[in-house]
Amino acid sequence: MRPDHPAPELDIDQILADPGVRIVVCCGSGGVGKTTTAAALALRAAERHGRRTVVLTIDPARRLAQSLGLNELDNTPRQVKGIDVETSGGELHAMMLDMKRTFDDVVLAHTDPAKAAEIFANPFYQAMSSTFAGTQEYMAMEKLGQLHARGEWDLIVVDTPPSRSALDFLDAPARLSRFLDGRMLRLLLAPARSGGRSMFSLVTASFGMFSRVVQKVLGAQLLTDLSGFVAALDSMFGGFRQRAEQTYRVLQARETAFLLVAVPEPDAVREAAYFAGRLGQERMPLAGLVLNRVHRPAVERPTAAESLAAAERLVELGGHEATVETLLAHAALTQQAARERRVARVFTDAFPAVPTVAVTAQPADVHDVDGLRTIGAAISRR
Amino acid sequence: MRAGEESGDRADADRASTRWPARLHVITGKGGTGKTTVAAALALALASGGRRTLLVEVESRQGIAQLFGTDPLPYEERSIATARGGGEVRALAVDSEEALLEYLDMFYKLGAAGRALRKLGAIDFATTIAPGLRDVLLTGKVKEATTRTADKRRVYDAVVLDAPPTGRIGRFLNVTAETARLAKVGPIKTQSEGVAALLRSPMTAVHVVTLLEEMPVQETIDAIGDLNGLRIPVGRLILNATRPPLLAGKITQAELRRGLAAAGLPTDRTTVAGLHAEARDQLVRRDLEESLRADLVELGLPLVELPLLAEGVDRTGLDLIADTLLATD
Ligand SMILES: Nc1ncnc2c1ncn2[C@@H]1O[C@H](COP(=O)(O)OP(=O)(O)OP(=O)(O)O)[C@@H](O)[C@H]1O
Ligand SMILES: Nc1ncnc2c1ncn2[C@@H]1O[C@H](COP(=O)(O)OP(=O)(O)OP(=O)(O)O)[C@@H](O)[C@H]1O
Ligand SMILES: [Mg+2]
Ligand SMILES: [Mg+2]
Repeated sequence: MRPDHPAPELDIDQILADPGVRIVVCCGSGGVGKTTTAAALALRAAERHGRRTVVLTIDPARRLAQSLGLNELDNTPRQVKGIDVETSGGELHAMMLDMKRTFDDVVLAHTDPAKAAEIFANPFYQAMSSTFAGTQEYMAMEKLGQLHARGEWDLIVVDTPPSRSALDFLDAPARLSRFLDGRMLRLLLAPARSGGRSMFSLVTASFGMFSRVVQKVLGAQLLTDLSGFVAALDSMFGGFRQRAEQTYRVLQARETAFLLVAVPEPDAVREAAYFAGRLGQERMPLAGLVLNRVHRPAVERPTAAESLAAAERLVELGGHEATVETLLAHAALTQQAARERRVARVFTDAFPAVPTVAVTAQPADVHDVDGLRTIGAAISRR
Repeated sequence: MRAGEESGDRADADRASTRWPARLHVITGKGGTGKTTVAAALALALASGGRRTLLVEVESRQGIAQLFGTDPLPYEERSIATARGGGEVRALAVDSEEALLEYLDMFYKLGAAGRALRKLGAIDFATTIAPGLRDVLLTGKVKEATTRTADKRRVYDAVVLDAPPTGRIGRFLNVTAETARLAKVGPIKTQSEGVAALLRSPMTAVHVVTLLEEMPVQETIDAIGDLNGLRIPVGRLILNATRPPLLAGKITQAELRRGLAAAGLPTDRTTVAGLHAEARDQLVRRDLEESLRADLVELGLPLVELPLLAEGVDRTGLDLIADTLLATD
């Protein structure tokens, strides 16, 4: 019989116990279990490895948030009480990212209160700080940078936003800072300024036209607001880019471990493979793959075929209905497990050196500390 | 064509319009619950009996092309499938940049300047900085297709929109509020008011797709609250990928041992305990699903159940889902 994973086994306890590891980032596509994994690992680091740990969660499920004591969104870590840290001496702190508030804090840190108030009142700032695609990723990076700079924790475990593509976590901050930094904003602000070179003449002409069109279609107020927004943020452009770059460098350092989370479905596994490739290009350290919510029968025998044949015999005999159902359920589970293994092989074949661990699907959702302990134990195979 | 078939087609067309009376069907749901699959199947269902439907996507993901195994869709209405009884499904991937250029062209002649702006990223810029603007353009295009006529007849019997997920659907559909923030006057404002009126009329129905899992169900409940708050009519709840329960009830280890012995299978402790544990997990799962189903029923909306297709979704599977959608009362 083939082993579950031809890939090396992930030793998560070694990572969580290593004082050289200061940041663990959980990435993956939407809904695969990033938040659950992040919370479970942070809990384990505090309880088993005695580390002073903080977990930065993003949009956690309501009940999970409650069981971590995250009832208010105040954008700062709160100590989680009632966990088992007496022997280890660790601590667990948890927080939920408030994207708008983090953005506001960045603005406040870079400018004086009067100017900040002006920015906060601008409708473009309001739209952007709450709805811009990528703001959440950028602010997650920003918050990670802040927590790291405070140096208060042995270990920071980071959850990533629920985007479709795991790559967004790496790409969106750069996109946003490029955008804030961008030529486009400056052009719009002062089209005349860039008209020096001949290459730009058509561009500039179009741009004048563009503003006229925008004025007609959207109203003059919009351009005024936009210029106001750009002018007010002007002093902060460099700051945005610099901070994003700083955090990016931290992510490349040896103190960081990326954990990919995926479920054994084709889309999620494909995303995980893209992401693993990208981490390699960025020279960011990939510690392993958590294959979450897998199905495994409790016993290998009877096989699916044996179970189906036996169920058929029992039906002929009559009686034993409950056993028939149990055997059919076992056959279905065994077949599902086989399908999942085939799907997962897409990743392990492409990245045979990446350590992997499979976590069984719990029959119900995970929303309390006990549930997180179970997941933590499963990830460490204990 | 034989007479019986013809009347069958008419019956299909009648079922389509009485069971799914809206003209614009908006399909939302948590990410990955089956929005694209359900939207495609509904477009097929509503095209049966010789009708014509348009399947629209707005998130630049080419989900429709992937599902039907075709080349990426351009910003152009293309025939993508035929339905029973000579019906036709057309598909359109609305792109916000294209929609903005098309829109501007209606008012101003942009020509080469338009292309230059695009190359520079100005259009992308304009639609990115103001997500509300992008949504007005997208929903505006959907409205245009829904209400389009030729020879005094509607071009499409129904339009099905593969919409953004539950987390963003309220904002996406609440176009007037979003643009009011940015554009206080002008044609964009007028356009958004037209879209808002269509979305709040009986011509529109928003259907929410969910799975029997906690987070999708929670998001469904939240989204329905949002939509009610916006006075946007909710149509049906679509419970996707359901499976009949495998087990009727509890089984004891002793019972299981007897059954296994009768079937000639090993009855050692490991086997019995293992199979027993699997059965127990199945029952936990079933109870959870029952309670989630009860939460959905409590919303008081018509509920449609679609089966899990073990082999994944191919054209046969889509037709099966389409038939289930049509057979719904
Ligand atoms: N091993 C598991 N067994 C059973 N349920 C699980 C398991 N892991 C996660 N879940 C459940 O799956 C759901 C999604 O998990 P989670 O919220 O952690 O995913 P996520 O990747 O953070 O999602 P998003 O992309 O939406 O942020 C939750 O309801 C969680 O309780
Ligand atoms: N009834 C079903 N039986 C089996 N598989 C299904 C069923 N419905 C959907 N799927 C599969 O589930 C996956 C997600 O479906 P789909 O792409 O339609 O979801 P979605 O809500 O559009 O996702 P996204 O939020 O990413 O756009 C696909 O692989 C699809 O083939
Ligand atoms: Mg999450
Ligand atoms: Mg989709």
